[in-house]
Amino acid sequence: MSLLQVEKVSKHFGSLVAVNDVSMTVERGELRAVIGPNGAGKTTFFNLISGFLTPSSGRITFDGEDVTNLLPARRVWRGIARTFQITEVFPELTIRENLRIAVEVASGYRLRMWQSRDADGEVKARVVDLLEMSGLTEKADRLVGELAHGDQRANEIMMALALKPRLLLLDEPTAGMGDQETYDITQLIRKLHREQKLTIVLIEHDMRVVFHLADRIMVLDQGKFLAEGTPQDIAANEAVQAAYLGKVAA
Amino acid sequence: MPKFDKRAGNVLVWALLLSAPFWLPMIGSYVELGSRVVIYALAAMALNFLLGYTGVLSFGHAAYFGLGAYGTALTIKYLEPSTPVGMLAGIVLGTVAAALIGPMIARLRGVYFAMCTIAFGQVFYFIAFQWFSLTGGDDGVSAWHRVPLNFGFATLDILNNNKAFYYFVVAVFAVCVAAMAFLLRSPFGRTLLAIRENERRARFLGIPVDWHIWMSWVISCFFVSIAGTLFALMNDFVDPRALRWDQSGNFVIMAVLGGMRSFWGPLIGSAIFLVLQDYISSETENWMSFIGLFFVLVVLFFPRGVLGIIRRKAAS
Repeated sequence: MSLLQVEKVSKHFGSLVAVNDVSMTVERGELRAVIGPNGAGKTTFFNLISGFLTPSSGRITFDGEDVTNLLPARRVWRGIARTFQITEVFPELTIRENLRIAVEVASGYRLRMWQSRDADGEVKARVVDLLEMSGLTEKADRLVGELAHGDQRANEIMMALALKPRLLLLDEPTAGMGDQETYDITQLIRKLHREQKLTIVLIEHDMRVVFHLADRIMVLDQGKFLAEGTPQDIAANEAVQAAYLGKVAA
Repeated sequence: MPKFDKRAGNVLVWALLLSAPFWLPMIGSYVELGSRVVIYALAAMALNFLLGYTGVLSFGHAAYFGLGAYGTALTIKYLEPSTPVGMLAGIVLGTVAAALIGPMIARLRGVYFAMCTIAFGQVFYFIAFQWFSLTGGDDGVSAWHRVPLNFGFATLDILNNNKAFYYFVVAVFAVCVAAMAFLLRSPFGRTLLAIRENERRARFLGIPVDWHIWMSWVISCFFVSIAGTLFALMNDFVDPRALRWDQSGNFVIMAVLGGMRSFWGPLIGSAIFLVLQDYISSETENWMSFIGLFFVLVVLFFPRGVLGIIRRKAAS
Protein backbone atom coordinates (compact mmCIF):
# COMPACT_ATOMS: atom_id res chain seq x y z
CA MET A 1 0.00 0.00 0.00
CA SER A 2 1.29 3.46 -0.88
CA LEU A 3 1.94 5.94 1.91
CA LEU A 4 0.00 8.79 0.35
CA GLN A 5 -2.77 8.54 -2.20
CA VAL A 6 -4.37 11.64 -3.57
CA GLU A 7 -7.35 10.83 -5.76
CA LYS A 8 -8.83 13.40 -8.12
CA VAL A 9 -8.77 16.34 -5.73
CA SER A 10 -10.05 19.75 -6.80
CA LYS A 11 -10.15 23.08 -5.03
CA HIS A 12 -12.42 25.91 -6.13
CA PHE A 13 -12.20 29.47 -4.90
CA GLY A 14 -15.41 30.92 -6.26
CA SER A 15 -15.16 30.48 -10.01
CA LEU A 16 -11.40 29.97 -9.90
CA VAL A 17 -10.30 26.37 -10.06
CA ALA A 18 -6.90 26.36 -8.32
CA VAL A 19 -6.47 22.60 -8.39
CA ASN A 20 -8.37 20.59 -10.95
CA ASP A 21 -8.78 16.85 -10.63
CA VAL A 22 -5.21 16.04 -9.62
CA SER A 23 -4.11 12.60 -8.46
CA MET A 24 -0.78 11.54 -7.01
CA THR A 25 0.59 8.42 -5.35
CA VAL A 26 3.68 8.56 -3.16
CA GLU A 27 5.49 5.40 -2.10
CA ARG A 28 7.35 4.96 1.19
CA GLY A 29 10.90 6.28 1.09
CA GLU A 30 10.33 8.24 -2.08
CA LEU A 31 11.42 11.82 -2.69
CA ARG A 32 8.88 13.42 -4.94
CA ALA A 33 9.12 16.88 -6.43
CA VAL A 34 6.10 18.87 -7.57
CA ILE A 35 6.97 21.53 -10.11
CA GLY A 36 5.12 23.87 -12.39
CA PRO A 37 5.03 27.48 -13.55
CA ASN A 38 3.79 30.21 -11.22
CA GLY A 39 0.11 29.85 -10.50
CA ALA A 40 0.09 26.15 -11.33
CA GLY A 41 -1.60 25.35 -8.02
CA LYS A 42 1.36 23.66 -6.36
CA THR A 43 0.99 25.36 -2.99
CA THR A 44 -2.79 24.90 -2.99
CA PHE A 45 -2.23 21.22 -3.72
CA PHE A 46 0.14 21.09 -0.73
CA ASN A 47 -2.36 22.87 1.46
CA LEU A 48 -4.94 20.22 0.62
CA ILE A 49 -2.58 17.44 1.69
CA SER A 50 -1.51 19.14 4.92
CA GLY A 51 -5.02 20.20 5.89
CA PHE A 52 -4.50 23.93 5.62
CA LEU A 53 -7.39 23.78 3.14
CA THR A 54 -9.95 21.05 2.54
CA PRO A 55 -10.64 19.91 -1.01
CA SER A 56 -13.85 20.80 -2.83
CA SER A 57 -13.89 17.24 -4.14
CA GLY A 58 -11.68 14.18 -4.22
CA ARG A 59 -10.11 11.98 -1.60
CA ILE A 60 -6.80 11.87 0.26
CA THR A 61 -5.65 8.66 1.91
CA PHE A 62 -2.64 8.50 4.19
CA ASP A 63 -1.35 5.07 5.13
CA GLY A 64 -4.71 3.53 4.28
CA GLU A 65 -6.71 6.03 6.29
CA ASP A 66 -8.97 8.70 4.83
CA VAL A 67 -7.66 12.10 5.97
CA THR A 68 -9.52 14.26 3.43
CA ASN A 69 -11.35 16.37 6.00
CA LEU A 70 -9.15 16.05 9.08
CA LEU A 71 -7.95 19.16 10.93
CA PRO A 72 -4.25 20.05 10.46
CA ALA A 73 -3.24 19.10 14.02
CA ARG A 74 -4.81 15.66 13.59
CA ARG A 75 -2.92 15.08 10.35
CA VAL A 76 0.29 16.02 12.17
CA TRP A 77 -0.50 13.41 14.82
CA ARG A 78 -0.83 10.82 12.05
CA GLY A 79 2.59 11.77 10.69
CA ILE A 80 2.23 14.51 8.08
CA ALA A 81 4.56 17.45 8.80
CA ARG A 82 5.20 20.45 6.61
CA THR A 83 7.18 23.64 6.13
CA PHE A 84 5.94 26.78 4.43
CA GLN A 85 7.04 28.84 1.46
CA ILE A 86 7.49 31.80 3.80
CA THR A 87 9.35 30.41 6.81
CA GLU A 88 7.10 29.88 9.81
CA VAL A 89 9.12 29.75 13.03
CA PHE A 90 9.03 31.24 16.54
CA PRO A 91 11.15 34.37 15.98
CA GLU A 92 11.49 35.59 19.56
CA LEU A 93 12.69 32.26 20.91
CA THR A 94 16.08 30.61 20.41
CA ILE A 95 16.63 27.69 18.04
CA ARG A 96 16.94 25.43 21.06
CA GLU A 97 13.56 26.59 22.36
CA ASN A 98 11.98 26.26 18.92
CA LEU A 99 13.13 22.66 18.65
CA ARG A 100 12.29 21.92 22.26
CA ILE A 101 8.66 22.87 21.76
CA ALA A 102 8.47 20.68 18.68
CA VAL A 103 10.07 17.73 20.48
CA GLU A 104 7.81 18.09 23.50
CA VAL A 105 4.69 18.21 21.40
CA ALA A 106 5.88 15.19 19.43
CA SER A 107 6.55 13.30 22.67
CA GLY A 108 2.96 13.85 23.75
CA TYR A 109 3.80 16.34 26.51
CA ARG A 110 1.77 19.26 25.22
CA LEU A 111 -0.75 19.09 28.08
CA ARG A 112 1.80 18.43 30.79
CA MET A 113 1.62 21.28 33.27
CA TRP A 114 4.72 20.44 35.22
CA GLN A 115 8.37 20.02 34.46
CA SER A 116 9.62 16.46 34.87
CA ARG A 117 13.35 15.91 35.15
CA ASP A 118 13.34 12.58 33.30
CA ALA A 119 11.20 13.80 30.45
CA ASP A 120 13.21 16.99 30.26
CA GLY A 121 16.49 15.12 29.94
CA GLU A 122 15.12 12.98 27.15
CA VAL A 123 13.74 16.05 25.35
CA LYS A 124 17.02 17.93 25.66
CA ALA A 125 19.00 14.99 24.29
CA ARG A 126 16.70 14.81 21.28
CA VAL A 127 17.11 18.56 20.71
CA VAL A 128 20.89 18.15 20.75
CA ASP A 129 20.57 15.35 18.16
CA LEU A 130 18.50 17.56 15.90
CA LEU A 131 20.91 20.46 16.29
CA GLU A 132 23.85 18.28 15.33
CA MET A 133 22.06 16.78 12.38
CA SER A 134 21.32 20.24 10.99
CA GLY A 135 24.66 21.86 11.84
CA LEU A 136 22.92 24.53 13.91
CA THR A 137 24.61 23.66 17.21
CA GLU A 138 26.74 26.79 17.36
CA LYS A 139 23.75 29.05 16.82
CA ALA A 140 21.46 27.12 19.16
CA ASP A 141 21.08 29.88 21.73
CA ARG A 142 20.48 32.74 19.35
CA LEU A 143 17.04 34.12 18.67
CA VAL A 144 15.67 32.67 15.46
CA GLY A 145 14.46 36.07 14.27
CA GLU A 146 18.06 37.33 14.22
CA LEU A 147 19.41 34.52 12.05
CA ALA A 148 20.01 34.38 8.31
CA HIS A 149 17.17 33.08 6.16
CA GLY A 150 18.95 29.79 5.45
CA ASP A 151 19.37 29.05 9.15
CA GLN A 152 15.73 29.89 9.83
CA ARG A 153 14.73 27.49 7.08
CA ALA A 154 16.97 24.76 8.47
CA ASN A 155 15.39 25.39 11.87
CA GLU A 156 11.91 25.06 10.37
CA ILE A 157 12.81 21.79 8.64
CA MET A 158 14.26 20.42 11.87
CA MET A 159 11.10 21.39 13.76
CA ALA A 160 9.09 19.43 11.24
CA LEU A 161 11.53 16.56 11.59
CA ALA A 162 11.25 16.68 15.38
CA LEU A 163 7.67 15.51 14.92
CA LYS A 164 9.03 12.20 13.60
CA PRO A 165 6.88 12.50 10.51
CA ARG A 166 6.22 9.67 8.11
CA LEU A 167 5.69 12.20 5.36
CA LEU A 168 7.50 15.52 5.15
CA LEU A 169 6.09 18.24 2.90
CA LEU A 170 8.51 21.02 1.98
CA ASP A 171 7.08 24.05 0.20
CA GLU A 172 9.91 25.68 -1.77
CA PRO A 173 12.64 24.98 0.76
CA THR A 174 15.22 27.07 -1.11
CA ALA A 175 12.99 30.03 -2.02
CA GLY A 176 14.79 33.35 -1.72
CA MET A 177 18.19 31.86 -0.96
CA GLY A 178 21.66 32.47 -2.30
CA ASP A 179 23.76 29.72 -3.90
CA GLN A 180 25.56 28.65 -0.76
CA GLU A 181 22.36 28.50 1.31
CA THR A 182 20.57 26.62 -1.45
CA TYR A 183 23.39 24.11 -1.54
CA ASP A 184 23.35 23.66 2.26
CA ILE A 185 19.60 23.12 2.42
CA THR A 186 19.75 20.70 -0.51
CA GLN A 187 22.43 18.71 1.29
CA LEU A 188 20.33 18.68 4.45
CA ILE A 189 17.25 17.39 2.64
CA ARG A 190 19.30 14.75 0.85
CA LYS A 191 20.79 13.64 4.15
CA LEU A 192 17.38 13.34 5.80
CA HIS A 193 16.07 11.39 2.86
CA ARG A 194 19.04 9.01 2.76
CA GLU A 195 19.76 8.56 6.46
CA GLN A 196 16.27 8.71 7.95
CA LYS A 197 14.59 6.99 4.99
CA LEU A 198 12.11 9.80 5.14
CA THR A 199 9.37 10.13 2.55
CA ILE A 200 9.49 13.68 1.24
CA VAL A 201 7.32 15.65 -1.15
CA LEU A 202 8.68 19.05 -2.11
CA ILE A 203 7.70 21.96 -4.27
CA GLU A 204 10.65 23.65 -5.86
CA HIS A 205 11.41 26.29 -8.47
CA ASP A 206 15.14 25.74 -8.64
CA MET A 207 15.57 23.00 -11.26
CA ARG A 208 19.11 22.19 -10.13
CA VAL A 209 17.68 21.28 -6.74
CA VAL A 210 14.82 19.28 -8.24
CA PHE A 211 16.97 17.25 -10.59
CA HIS A 212 19.56 16.73 -7.89
CA LEU A 213 17.12 15.40 -5.31
CA ALA A 214 13.96 13.96 -6.77
CA ASP A 215 13.27 10.29 -7.49
CA ARG A 216 10.15 11.27 -9.39
CA ILE A 217 8.70 14.55 -10.53
CA MET A 218 5.11 15.59 -10.99
CA VAL A 219 4.32 18.64 -13.11
CA LEU A 220 1.26 20.82 -12.64
CA ASP A 221 0.15 23.54 -15.00
CA GLN A 222 -2.82 25.86 -14.44
CA GLY A 223 -4.18 23.61 -11.74
CA LYS A 224 -4.04 20.49 -13.87
CA PHE A 225 -1.86 17.43 -13.95
CA LEU A 226 0.58 17.74 -16.84
CA ALA A 227 3.13 14.96 -16.50
CA GLU A 228 4.85 12.63 -14.11
CA GLY A 229 8.03 10.59 -14.32
CA THR A 230 11.70 10.34 -13.51
CA PRO A 231 13.83 13.49 -13.89
CA GLN A 232 15.03 12.18 -17.27
CA ASP A 233 11.46 11.65 -18.52
CA ILE A 234 10.42 15.10 -17.40
CA ALA A 235 13.46 16.81 -18.94
CA ALA A 236 12.59 15.18 -22.25
CA ASN A 237 8.85 15.81 -22.06
CA GLU A 238 7.69 18.24 -24.73
CA ALA A 239 4.50 19.27 -22.96
CA VAL A 240 6.53 20.27 -19.91
CA GLN A 241 8.97 22.27 -21.99
CA ALA A 242 6.06 23.98 -23.66
CA ALA A 243 4.44 24.87 -20.34
CA TYR A 244 7.65 26.36 -19.04
CA LEU A 245 8.69 28.17 -22.18
CA GLY A 246 5.20 29.32 -23.07
CA LYS A 247 5.02 27.53 -26.42
CA VAL A 248 1.97 25.74 -27.70
CA ALA A 249 2.48 22.03 -27.28
CA ALA A 250 3.12 20.39 -30.61
CA MET B 1 19.35 38.28 30.44
CA PRO B 2 21.75 36.37 32.70
CA LYS B 3 20.27 34.03 35.24
CA PHE B 4 21.80 35.89 38.15
CA ASP B 5 19.94 39.08 37.24
CA LYS B 6 16.66 37.21 37.15
CA ARG B 7 17.23 35.76 40.58
CA ALA B 8 18.34 39.13 41.93
CA GLY B 9 15.17 40.65 40.45
CA ASN B 10 13.02 38.05 42.20
CA VAL B 11 14.75 38.62 45.52
CA LEU B 12 14.30 42.37 45.16
CA VAL B 13 10.58 42.04 44.36
CA TRP B 14 9.88 39.79 47.33
CA ALA B 15 12.02 41.86 49.71
CA LEU B 16 10.12 45.00 48.72
CA LEU B 17 6.73 43.28 48.99
CA LEU B 18 7.43 41.71 52.37
CA SER B 19 8.83 44.88 53.90
CA ALA B 20 6.21 47.22 52.40
CA PRO B 21 4.12 47.73 55.58
CA PHE B 22 7.24 49.12 57.23
CA TRP B 23 8.49 51.47 54.56
CA LEU B 24 5.16 52.59 53.09
CA PRO B 25 4.25 54.84 56.08
CA MET B 26 7.80 56.22 56.05
CA ILE B 27 7.37 57.61 52.54
CA GLY B 28 4.03 59.16 53.45
CA SER B 29 1.87 56.37 52.08
CA TYR B 30 -0.29 53.75 53.79
CA VAL B 31 -0.63 49.99 53.99
CA GLU B 32 -3.98 49.81 52.19
CA LEU B 33 -2.34 51.21 49.08
CA GLY B 34 0.11 48.31 49.27
CA SER B 35 -2.76 45.81 49.44
CA ARG B 36 -4.43 47.47 46.48
CA VAL B 37 -1.23 47.39 44.41
CA VAL B 38 -0.72 43.68 45.10
CA ILE B 39 -4.35 42.79 44.32
CA TYR B 40 -4.33 44.71 41.03
CA ALA B 41 -0.91 43.26 40.27
CA LEU B 42 -2.38 39.77 40.60
CA ALA B 43 -5.22 40.71 38.25
CA ALA B 44 -2.82 42.26 35.73
CA MET B 45 -0.43 39.30 35.92
CA ALA B 46 -3.35 36.94 35.40
CA LEU B 47 -4.37 38.95 32.35
CA ASN B 48 -0.77 38.87 31.19
CA PHE B 49 -0.76 35.08 31.30
CA LEU B 50 -3.14 35.38 28.37
CA LEU B 51 -1.85 38.61 26.81
CA GLY B 52 1.91 38.37 27.20
CA TYR B 53 2.39 34.61 27.15
CA THR B 54 -0.35 33.39 24.83
CA GLY B 55 -0.61 36.51 22.69
CA VAL B 56 -4.37 36.92 23.13
CA LEU B 57 -5.83 40.27 24.21
CA SER B 58 -8.85 40.15 26.49
CA PHE B 59 -10.73 43.34 27.21
CA GLY B 60 -13.22 41.66 29.48
CA HIS B 61 -11.25 40.33 32.42
CA ALA B 62 -13.07 42.64 34.82
CA ALA B 63 -16.10 40.38 34.42
CA TYR B 64 -14.35 37.44 36.10
CA PHE B 65 -12.64 39.76 38.57
CA GLY B 66 -16.08 41.11 39.44
CA LEU B 67 -17.71 37.69 39.58
CA GLY B 68 -15.02 36.66 42.04
CA ALA B 69 -15.79 39.75 44.08
CA TYR B 70 -19.59 39.31 43.96
CA GLY B 71 -19.35 35.60 44.72
CA THR B 72 -17.33 36.35 47.82
CA ALA B 73 -19.48 39.26 49.00
CA LEU B 74 -22.82 37.51 48.51
CA THR B 75 -21.63 34.27 50.09
CA ILE B 76 -20.27 35.98 53.17
CA LYS B 77 -23.32 38.22 53.46
CA TYR B 78 -26.10 35.69 52.89
CA LEU B 79 -24.75 32.16 53.20
CA GLU B 80 -21.74 31.64 55.36
CA PRO B 81 -19.74 34.27 57.24
CA SER B 82 -16.38 32.70 56.45
CA THR B 83 -13.56 34.26 54.44
CA PRO B 84 -12.25 31.01 52.87
CA VAL B 85 -15.75 29.82 51.91
CA GLY B 86 -16.51 33.20 50.40
CA MET B 87 -13.29 33.15 48.41
CA LEU B 88 -13.92 29.64 47.18
CA ALA B 89 -17.40 30.60 46.01
CA GLY B 90 -16.06 33.65 44.19
CA ILE B 91 -13.30 31.69 42.48
CA VAL B 92 -15.69 28.94 41.38
CA LEU B 93 -18.20 31.47 40.06
CA GLY B 94 -15.60 33.41 38.07
CA THR B 95 -13.83 30.35 36.71
CA VAL B 96 -16.96 28.43 35.72
CA ALA B 97 -18.34 31.48 33.91
CA ALA B 98 -15.05 31.82 32.03
CA ALA B 99 -14.97 28.12 31.17
CA LEU B 100 -18.49 28.31 29.72
CA ILE B 101 -17.90 31.48 27.74
CA GLY B 102 -14.48 30.28 26.54
CA PRO B 103 -15.68 27.94 23.75
CA MET B 104 -17.69 30.78 22.23
CA ILE B 105 -14.66 33.04 21.86
CA ALA B 106 -11.62 30.74 21.65
CA ARG B 107 -11.92 30.55 17.87
CA LEU B 108 -11.76 34.32 17.48
CA ARG B 109 -8.55 36.27 17.02
CA GLY B 110 -7.23 39.74 17.53
CA VAL B 111 -9.75 42.54 17.69
CA TYR B 112 -12.70 40.11 17.32
CA PHE B 113 -11.62 38.28 20.44
CA ALA B 114 -11.17 41.57 22.31
CA MET B 115 -14.61 42.85 21.22
CA CYS B 116 -16.39 39.66 22.25
CA THR B 117 -14.70 39.64 25.63
CA ILE B 118 -15.93 43.23 26.18
CA ALA B 119 -19.43 42.22 25.11
CA PHE B 120 -19.60 39.25 27.49
CA GLY B 121 -18.06 41.39 30.22
CA GLN B 122 -20.77 44.01 29.81
CA VAL B 123 -23.43 41.31 30.08
CA PHE B 124 -22.23 40.58 33.61
CA TYR B 125 -21.99 44.29 34.37
CA PHE B 126 -25.64 44.80 33.44
CA ILE B 127 -26.75 41.74 35.37
CA ALA B 128 -25.02 43.09 38.47
CA PHE B 129 -26.48 46.52 37.78
CA GLN B 130 -30.07 45.40 37.16
CA TRP B 131 -30.57 42.47 39.54
CA PHE B 132 -31.34 44.81 42.39
CA SER B 133 -32.86 42.28 44.78
CA LEU B 134 -29.67 40.22 44.86
CA THR B 135 -26.83 42.61 44.08
CA GLY B 136 -28.23 45.90 45.30
CA GLY B 137 -27.77 47.28 41.80
CA ASP B 138 -25.75 50.47 41.62
CA ASP B 139 -25.49 50.63 45.41
CA GLY B 140 -23.49 47.42 45.50
CA VAL B 141 -23.29 44.76 48.17
CA SER B 142 -22.57 46.38 51.51
CA ALA B 143 -23.24 45.66 55.18
CA TRP B 144 -20.88 42.70 55.37
CA HIS B 145 -17.23 42.40 56.19
CA ARG B 146 -14.37 39.95 55.89
CA VAL B 147 -13.98 37.51 58.75
CA PRO B 148 -10.77 36.83 60.70
CA LEU B 149 -9.09 33.62 59.60
CA ASN B 150 -9.28 30.85 62.12
CA PHE B 151 -6.59 28.18 61.69
CA GLY B 152 -7.64 26.21 64.78
CA PHE B 153 -4.43 26.83 66.66
CA ALA B 154 -4.32 30.52 65.90
CA THR B 155 -6.43 33.31 64.47
CA LEU B 156 -5.23 35.85 61.93
CA ASP B 157 -7.17 39.04 62.43
CA ILE B 158 -7.33 40.25 58.85
CA LEU B 159 -10.39 42.35 59.72
CA ASN B 160 -8.96 44.89 62.13
CA ASN B 161 -5.25 44.59 61.56
CA ASN B 162 -4.44 46.03 58.17
CA LYS B 163 -0.89 44.68 58.23
CA ALA B 164 -2.28 41.19 58.76
CA PHE B 165 -4.61 41.70 55.83
CA TYR B 166 -1.71 42.92 53.69
CA TYR B 167 0.32 39.81 54.48
CA PHE B 168 -2.68 37.62 53.77
CA VAL B 169 -2.98 39.27 50.36
CA VAL B 170 0.74 38.84 49.70
CA ALA B 171 0.54 35.16 50.70
CA VAL B 172 -2.30 34.51 48.24
CA PHE B 173 -0.42 36.53 45.61
CA ALA B 174 2.72 34.47 46.19
CA VAL B 175 0.92 31.17 45.71
CA CYS B 176 -0.81 32.38 42.55
CA VAL B 177 2.29 33.91 41.03
CA ALA B 178 4.36 30.81 41.80
CA ALA B 179 1.68 28.66 40.17
CA MET B 180 1.69 30.83 37.05
CA ALA B 181 5.49 30.78 36.84
CA PHE B 182 5.40 27.00 37.27
CA LEU B 183 2.83 26.61 34.50
CA LEU B 184 4.78 28.84 32.15
CA ARG B 185 7.88 26.70 32.59
CA SER B 186 6.05 23.47 31.77
CA PRO B 187 5.67 21.91 28.32
CA PHE B 188 2.09 23.20 28.32
CA GLY B 189 3.33 26.72 29.06
CA ARG B 190 5.68 26.50 26.11
CA THR B 191 2.84 25.56 23.77
CA LEU B 192 1.28 28.89 24.77
CA LEU B 193 4.49 30.70 23.83
CA ALA B 194 4.38 28.82 20.56
CA ILE B 195 0.88 30.14 19.88
CA ARG B 196 1.95 33.67 20.72
CA GLU B 197 4.99 33.45 18.48
CA ASN B 198 3.39 31.88 15.44
CA GLU B 199 -0.05 30.37 15.47
CA ARG B 200 0.32 28.74 12.08
CA ARG B 201 3.52 26.98 13.07
CA ALA B 202 1.98 25.92 16.37
CA ARG B 203 -0.98 24.39 14.53
CA PHE B 204 1.31 22.53 12.16
CA LEU B 205 3.33 21.16 15.05
CA GLY B 206 0.13 19.40 16.05
CA ILE B 207 -1.03 21.77 18.78
CA PRO B 208 -4.84 22.16 18.76
CA VAL B 209 -4.57 25.93 19.07
CA ASP B 210 -8.17 26.82 19.96
CA TRP B 211 -8.26 24.26 22.73
CA HIS B 212 -4.99 25.54 24.22
CA ILE B 213 -6.24 29.14 24.02
CA TRP B 214 -9.36 28.05 25.90
CA MET B 215 -7.22 26.51 28.63
CA SER B 216 -5.02 29.58 28.87
CA TRP B 217 -8.16 31.72 29.08
CA VAL B 218 -9.64 29.64 31.90
CA ILE B 219 -6.36 29.64 33.85
CA SER B 220 -6.05 33.39 33.39
CA CYS B 221 -9.65 33.97 34.51
CA PHE B 222 -9.16 31.65 37.47
CA PHE B 223 -6.36 33.86 38.77
CA VAL B 224 -8.18 37.09 37.97
CA SER B 225 -11.18 35.85 39.96
CA ILE B 226 -8.87 35.22 42.92
CA ALA B 227 -7.77 38.85 42.65
CA GLY B 228 -11.47 39.77 42.57
CA THR B 229 -12.21 37.93 45.81
CA LEU B 230 -9.33 39.76 47.51
CA PHE B 231 -10.64 43.03 46.10
CA ALA B 232 -14.05 42.44 47.70
CA LEU B 233 -12.44 41.48 50.99
CA MET B 234 -10.24 44.57 50.99
CA ASN B 235 -13.18 46.92 50.50
CA ASP B 236 -15.76 44.93 52.51
CA PHE B 237 -17.92 46.04 49.62
CA VAL B 238 -18.45 45.47 45.93
CA ASP B 239 -20.38 47.39 43.30
CA PRO B 240 -20.86 47.00 39.53
CA ARG B 241 -17.84 49.16 38.72
CA ALA B 242 -15.69 46.17 39.71
CA LEU B 243 -16.78 44.38 36.54
CA ARG B 244 -17.28 47.26 34.13
CA TRP B 245 -15.26 47.44 30.91
CA ASP B 246 -13.06 50.32 32.11
CA GLN B 247 -11.82 48.05 34.88
CA SER B 248 -10.74 45.58 32.18
CA GLY B 249 -8.99 48.47 30.48
CA ASN B 250 -7.11 49.23 33.70
CA PHE B 251 -5.74 45.69 33.80
CA VAL B 252 -4.58 45.97 30.19
CA ILE B 253 -2.99 49.38 30.85
CA MET B 254 -1.14 48.01 33.87
CA ALA B 255 0.18 45.00 31.96
CA VAL B 256 1.31 47.06 28.97
CA LEU B 257 2.69 49.89 31.11
CA GLY B 258 4.88 47.60 33.15
CA GLY B 259 5.88 45.39 30.25
CA MET B 260 3.87 42.44 29.03
CA ARG B 261 6.87 40.36 28.01
CA SER B 262 8.28 40.54 31.53
CA PHE B 263 6.96 38.33 34.26
CA TRP B 264 6.96 41.14 36.86
CA GLY B 265 5.97 43.83 34.40
CA PRO B 266 2.28 43.97 35.40
CA LEU B 267 3.27 44.36 39.07
CA ILE B 268 5.36 47.42 38.19
CA GLY B 269 2.50 48.68 36.00
CA SER B 270 0.02 48.22 38.82
CA ALA B 271 2.28 50.10 41.25
CA ILE B 272 2.83 53.01 38.86
CA PHE B 273 -0.85 53.20 37.95
CA LEU B 274 -2.18 53.15 41.50
CA VAL B 275 0.46 55.43 42.98
CA LEU B 276 -0.12 57.98 40.21
CA GLN B 277 -3.86 57.63 40.76
CA ASP B 278 -3.44 58.06 44.50
CA TYR B 279 -1.31 61.19 44.29
CA ILE B 280 -2.83 62.88 41.27
CA SER B 281 -6.44 62.27 42.26
CA SER B 282 -5.84 64.24 45.46
CA GLU B 283 -4.88 67.21 43.25
CA THR B 284 -7.33 66.96 40.38
CA GLU B 285 -10.37 64.98 39.32
CA ASN B 286 -8.81 64.45 35.90
CA TRP B 287 -6.17 62.03 37.14
CA MET B 288 -7.01 59.64 34.34
CA SER B 289 -5.78 62.07 31.69
CA PHE B 290 -2.36 62.13 33.33
CA ILE B 291 -2.20 58.37 33.47
CA GLY B 292 -3.39 58.32 29.88
CA LEU B 293 -0.63 60.68 28.82
CA PHE B 294 1.98 58.62 30.64
CA PHE B 295 0.59 55.47 29.02
CA VAL B 296 0.73 56.99 25.54
CA LEU B 297 4.35 58.05 26.06
CA VAL B 298 5.36 54.61 27.27
CA VAL B 299 3.61 52.83 24.40
CA LEU B 300 5.08 55.22 21.81
CA PHE B 301 8.65 55.24 23.02
CA PHE B 302 9.01 52.07 25.08
CA PRO B 303 6.66 49.49 23.59
CA ARG B 304 8.08 46.85 25.91
CA GLY B 305 6.95 48.77 28.97
CA VAL B 306 8.84 50.12 31.93
CA LEU B 307 10.47 46.83 32.80
CA GLY B 308 11.39 46.39 29.15
CA ILE B 309 13.52 49.55 29.35
CA ILE B 310 15.31 48.36 32.45
CA ARG B 311 15.99 44.97 30.92
CA ARG B 312 17.35 46.49 27.73
CA LYS B 313 19.68 48.73 29.76
CA ALA B 314 20.86 45.71 31.72
CA ALA B 315 21.47 43.74 28.55
CA SER B 316 23.47 46.42 26.73
